[in-house]
Amino acid sequence: MAKVVERKPLSFLEKTYIPQIVGGLTITLKNVFRPKVTLQYPEERPPIPQGYRGIPALVKDPHGREKCVSCQLCEFVCPPKAIRITPGEIAEGSENEHVEKAPEDFEINMLRCIYCGLCQEVCPEEAIFLQGDFNSLVGTTREEFVNHKDKLYELGGTRPDEHYKWDKKKEAAEQAAAGGHH
Amino acid sequence: MDWIDILLKVVFAFLMVMVVMTMAGYSVLAERKIASWIQGRVGPNRTALPGLSSIPVLGPMLVKMGIWQPLADGVKFLFKEDPIPGHVKKFYYVLAPMISLAPALITMVVLPFGVYYVDGQAMPLVLANVDIGILFILAVSSLGVYGIVIGGWAANSKYPFYGGIRSSAQMISYELAMGMSILPVLMWANGPAGGLGDLTLYNVVTSQQAVWLVFWMPVPAFVFLVSLFAETNRMPFDAPESETELVGGFHTEYGSFKFGLYFVAEYAHMIIGSAVFTLLFLGGWQLFPTFGILPDWVANPWAGWGWIGSVLSVLVFIGKLLFFIVFFIWVRWTLPRFRYDQIMNLGWKYLVPIALACIFIYALIIAGWDLMVAVENTPAEVVQPDGQVVTQQEDLITH
Amino acid sequence: MQDFFFYLFSALTVLSALLVVVNPNAVNGAMYMILSFIGMAVLFLLLDAFFLAVLQVLVYAGAVMVLFLFIIMLLDVERASKVRPKALSTAAALVGFGLLVVGLGYLFLGGGSVTPAELSAAPEIPMQDGGTNPMEFATASRSFGYGLFTKYMLPFQVTGFLLLIAMMGVIVLSKRLGPSGQEEPTTEAVK
Ligand code: SF4
Ligand code: SF4
Repeated sequence: MAKVVERKPLSFLEKTYIPQIVGGLTITLKNVFRPKVTLQYPEERPPIPQGYRGIPALVKDPHGREKCVSCQLCEFVCPPKAIRITPGEIAEGSENEHVEKAPEDFEINMLRCIYCGLCQEVCPEEAIFLQGDFNSLVGTTREEFVNHKDKLYELGGTRPDEHYKWDKKKEAAEQAAAGGHH
Repeated sequence: MDWIDILLKVVFAFLMVMVVMTMAGYSVLAERKIASWIQGRVGPNRTALPGLSSIPVLGPMLVKMGIWQPLADGVKFLFKEDPIPGHVKKFYYVLAPMISLAPALITMVVLPFGVYYVDGQAMPLVLANVDIGILFILAVSSLGVYGIVIGGWAANSKYPFYGGIRSSAQMISYELAMGMSILPVLMWANGPAGGLGDLTLYNVVTSQQAVWLVFWMPVPAFVFLVSLFAETNRMPFDAPESETELVGGFHTEYGSFKFGLYFVAEYAHMIIGSAVFTLLFLGGWQLFPTFGILPDWVANPWAGWGWIGSVLSVLVFIGKLLFFIVFFIWVRWTLPRFRYDQIMNLGWKYLVPIALACIFIYALIIAGWDLMVAVENTPAEVVQPDGQVVTQQEDLITH
Repeated sequence: MQDFFFYLFSALTVLSALLVVVNPNAVNGAMYMILSFIGMAVLFLLLDAFFLAVLQVLVYAGAVMVLFLFIIMLLDVERASKVRPKALSTAAALVGFGLLVVGLGYLFLGGGSVTPAELSAAPEIPMQDGGTNPMEFATASRSFGYGLFTKYMLPFQVTGFLLLIAMMGVIVLSKRLGPSGQEEPTTEAVK
C-alpha cells in the first residue's frame, strides 16, 4: 500500500535558503580545521596488510641458491601470459649441479601482469612471490616495464626456507652413494 | 596632458594589471587550497623552484604552501600544445577568450583602491577618477558576457552552445537586479551622507565613514552579492559551465592557453566584483565605521601619516578584498548548483522585486531624512577633480 | 590627438555600421553592430559626455546586443540569411534612406545645426563654476538627472509610459501561447 508521507510546508526562513546556506558554510568551515586525511605518498607509506599482492619477483634461499627450477608452471598458469621463461641448465661442476635446471632468463611483463598471484600459488619450488610491498612502476618505454631475471632477483631478495628440499635430496643421494644401509 | 603624465598613467596601469593578474593567479591557488581543506586534503604542496626552495626553513615552507604552483600552472598553460579543433569558427574562437578577459582589466581603471593626502585633503588612489565610476564598471563588465557567448557559439558543438545561451540569459537577468541594488547606495551617498550628485566610487566610500552600508542596507547588499555570484558564474550559479551536465560548458572545446585565459578571466571578474562590493558596502579602505559615536580617526587612522598611510589604506582594502575572494571560494565548495529554471526564478521573481522594493523604501527614508535635516541650507564641500575645494550653497532642491 | 581619435573612431563607427548592413552572416552583423556602438561611445567620450558614452555601452552593447545574439543563435541563422527581402520592404528601406540623407544634408548645409551656446542653454542647470565650459551640461550625471526631472519631466514620463505599454503588449502576446507555450520568450518580454 502506498504510504503518503506528509511533508511540512517550508517556513518563510527556510524558503529564503539562508539558514541552510549558513549551516552548510559552518559545516565546511569546521571541515577546514579537521585533521587532513591525505597521505604524503613517497615519504609516508600506507600500512600494507598481510597477504597483499605486490610485484611478482623471484627469490633466493638463504644459501644464495636461486630457487626457480624453470619448470615453467607459472608461465603456463599465468592468465595474461605475462611470464616468459627461457629455461637453461645448470653447468656441471657447479655447487647446485644436482638441481639440474635454472632459468636462463625470466621475464615478467608488468604491463600485462594482473597481480593475480597464481604464479606464486602454482610454483612447486616457492620461488616466486608477490612481495608484500609495492613499488611504483614508472617508465617511458615499454621495455622498461619488462622485469628481467636480475631485476626480479634484486626485487625478490632472499627468503627464509623451511624445507631445503634440494639440500636434503643431495644429502640423501650422497649417503646412498656412501653405501647407506636402509 | 604632458607626455610624462601619460607615461606615468601607463606605468600605473601596467602595475595594476600585474597586481590583479597575480591576484587572479593566486586566487586559483587559494581555490585549490581551500577546496582541499574543506575536503580534508592538503592541496598543492610540491612545486618547488630550484634556487629559492633550498633556503633552509622558508623554502620548504613556501613549497608546502604551494606558493610556486600558479607559476607552474602558467608555464604549463603557455607551453602546452594549443590545438584548434577543425569544426570551430576560427576567428571568433580565438577572439572569445580575449574578450572575456579584457573587460575585467578595463574596469580596474575606475576602481579606487586607497587614499592619499595632499595638504590634508583626501584624494583617491585611482587611475581615472571619473564622474560615472560605478556605471563605467557596470557597462564594461557587462561586455564580459560576449566572451562566453561567442566562445560557446564559435565552438560549434552543442554543450558549449548550451553554456553560451545559458550565460547570456543569466547575465542579462542578474545585471538588472545588480544595477537596481546599487541605486539605494547611490541615493544615500548623494543624499543625506553629503555627496553631491556624482557617481564616483570615491564619493560612495567617503559617505560610509559613519556606517558601512552593509549594516544600513543589508538587503541591497545581499541582492548585490547574489547577483555578483551570478555575474561571475560562480558556484551556485555556474550553470554556463556546469561540469556534470555540459562537460565544461562554454569552454569545452578550449585548451591550453585559451582555456587559461578563460580561467584567469573568471578570477579577474571575481576580484573586480569583490572590489566593487567592498567599495559599495564595506567602506572601501576605511578601517572601522564610526557609527556616529566613535571619533572620526577610527575610519582613517592614517590621515596624517603620509605615504605610509596610503600604503596602509591600500592594504586594508586588499584585506577586505581577500576576505571576499575566500568567501566566494568557500561558498563554491559548500553549495550545490541551482537548476537553470531556479536561477531564472530567483533572478526575476525574487531579486528584481526585492531590489525595486529597496529602491522605493530607501527613497522614502532618504527623502524624509532630507526634509528633516534640511540639507538645502547646509553648504556642501565639493572636491573638484583637480583637487581644489569649492564650497557652494546647495540649491538644487530649492531651485 | 583629439582629432586623430575622432577620425579613427568615426571611421570605425561608419565602417562597421556599413558592414552590419552588407554582411550576410547575422552573427558577424551583430558583432559589427557592437563595434559600431563602442565606436560611438568613444565619440561621446571625446565630447566629454562620459555619462552618455557609458549608457551607450551599458544599454546597447551590454544588454540589447546580448539579447540580439541570443535570438540570432537560437534561430536558424543559416536559413534566415538566404531569405531575400521583398520588393515592398526594399522600397521602404530606400525611402527611409533617402529621408535620412535629406535630413543629414539639411543639418549640415542648411544651418539646421544647433550652436554650442544653444545647447548649453538647454537644461539650465546651476553651474558650479559659472559654466565656462559650454558643453558642461553633458559631462555630469547630475545635470542629466536635473534636466530629466525638471525641464524634460513630461517627455521622460511619456517615454516611460510607452515602454510600459510595449512591455505589457509583449507579455499579452507571449501569454496567448497558452500553457504549452515555451517559457523562453518571457525573458525577452520582461526586458
Ligand atoms: S618460478 Fe616456480 S613455477 Fe615458475 S618456473 Fe620457476 S619453479 Fe617453476
Ligand atoms: S601474478 Fe598472475 S599475472 Fe602476474 S605474473 Fe603471476 S600469474 Fe602472471
